Amino acid sequence: MSVRLSMTVNGKPVTAEVASRTLLVDFLRDQLRLTGTHIGCDTAQCGACTIHMNGRAVKCCNMLAVQAEGAKITTIEGIASSDGSMHPMQTAFRDHHGLQCGYCTPGMVMSAIDLVNNHPQPGDAEIRDGLDGNLCRCTGYHNIVKAVHVGAAAMKK
Amino acid sequence: MYEFNYQKATSVTDAASKLGAGTDTRLLAGGQTLIAAMKLRLAAPTDIIDISGIAELRGIKAGKDGLVIGAMTTHAEVASSKDVKTHIPALAVLANSIGDPMVRNMGTIGGSIANNDPAADYPAALLGLGATVKTNTREIAADDFFAGMFMTSLEPGEIIESVSFPKPKRAAYMKFSNPASRYAIVGVFVAETGSGVRVAVTGAGASVFRATEMEKALAAKFSPESVAGISMPSDDLNSDMHASAAYRAHLITVMAKRAVETAVGG
Repeated sequence: MSVRLSMTVNGKPVTAEVASRTLLVDFLRDQLRLTGTHIGCDTAQCGACTIHMNGRAVKCCNMLAVQAEGAKITTIEGIASSDGSMHPMQTAFRDHHGLQCGYCTPGMVMSAIDLVNNHPQPGDAEIRDGLDGNLCRCTGYHNIVKAVHVGAAAMKK
Repeated sequence: MYEFNYQKATSVTDAASKLGAGTDTRLLAGGQTLIAAMKLRLAAPTDIIDISGIAELRGIKAGKDGLVIGAMTTHAEVASSKDVKTHIPALAVLANSIGDPMVRNMGTIGGSIANNDPAADYPAALLGLGATVKTNTREIAADDFFAGMFMTSLEPGEIIESVSFPKPKRAAYMKFSNPASRYAIVGVFVAETGSGVRVAVTGAGASVFRATEMEKALAAKFSPESVAGISMPSDDLNSDMHASAAYRAHLITVMAKRAVETAVGG
């Protein structure tokens, strides 16, 4: 069965007709070609698929596209400024080596932004707790935590 | 996942009437269990009724006797609610311990209790506080709601609308989490309620249960020492790769003691 969708993705209105079983992550990646959102585990554990729906971090591999009907979706492609300059959290990840292979990184950045939106000055424990839903196999998390500290401070400005 | 017919319900009445149709019709709330199960083909409904758009199912209402939480209220909403933190802080702590932030932004209390995963947290809160589940047809006391592993006393076509939590004198939830999934290997909810002491244990058995020996001991004296010496029988407890039944039995005592410590101290 196909369903009609309409939503806003990174500020632009999108309409489509998709099979009802289409996952949001597959809609974003395959149909909208927004491949910055990654599928890591496909079982809602690793968080590489983290995006924002109506301002809140969600794992889009564990959602049907139709669950985002009428929603405001932001992916990693949508957080930079209109002049192309990186979001302060992205800058922080780059400057503090918060990534190696980069596969978990879009999810980490999206999660971190939501964390800081809810807790503007997170401590170490709060950051590690807040990134509970994001797994990284490369870094051991240390530089990710550092990056989030710096990103949080930069977001305050 | 297999294909299915999708419909969005506009009201509880609408959802109830749609539930009757189809060979295997399921409600979709937050989807944090259902979608994952469908991806693994552990669930294959022919029809899905999306209830996420029903406004009357969302929200937290505080009264002087306690809280009423709508079935579609997310774990994140409960965890961050000023009303919950004021009236039943242990409930906010519990909601905040579920899964991870992304799961909490989608997962709902109605979905959690309707599913009744043996390691879910909310069943311990409902049983521990003596809550009441309101459906579209009746009210069900928590003591009568949780029937077995992944089983509840809900009838086919019955839809959870809200859960009423009476305000306890004091309460706490202590959980030994699985480090990967953050499900409860053992979770204990202790409460001094208006109708006596309740100790609800999740994660340890097929379904949430009350530790009656601990309840009696705490009713006599509500202190950690009252439960520290109580050893739980391990027969009928879950044994799996995360913990043996014997270890779970031990954890019940440890978590109960810590929960009481928190309840008296906090």
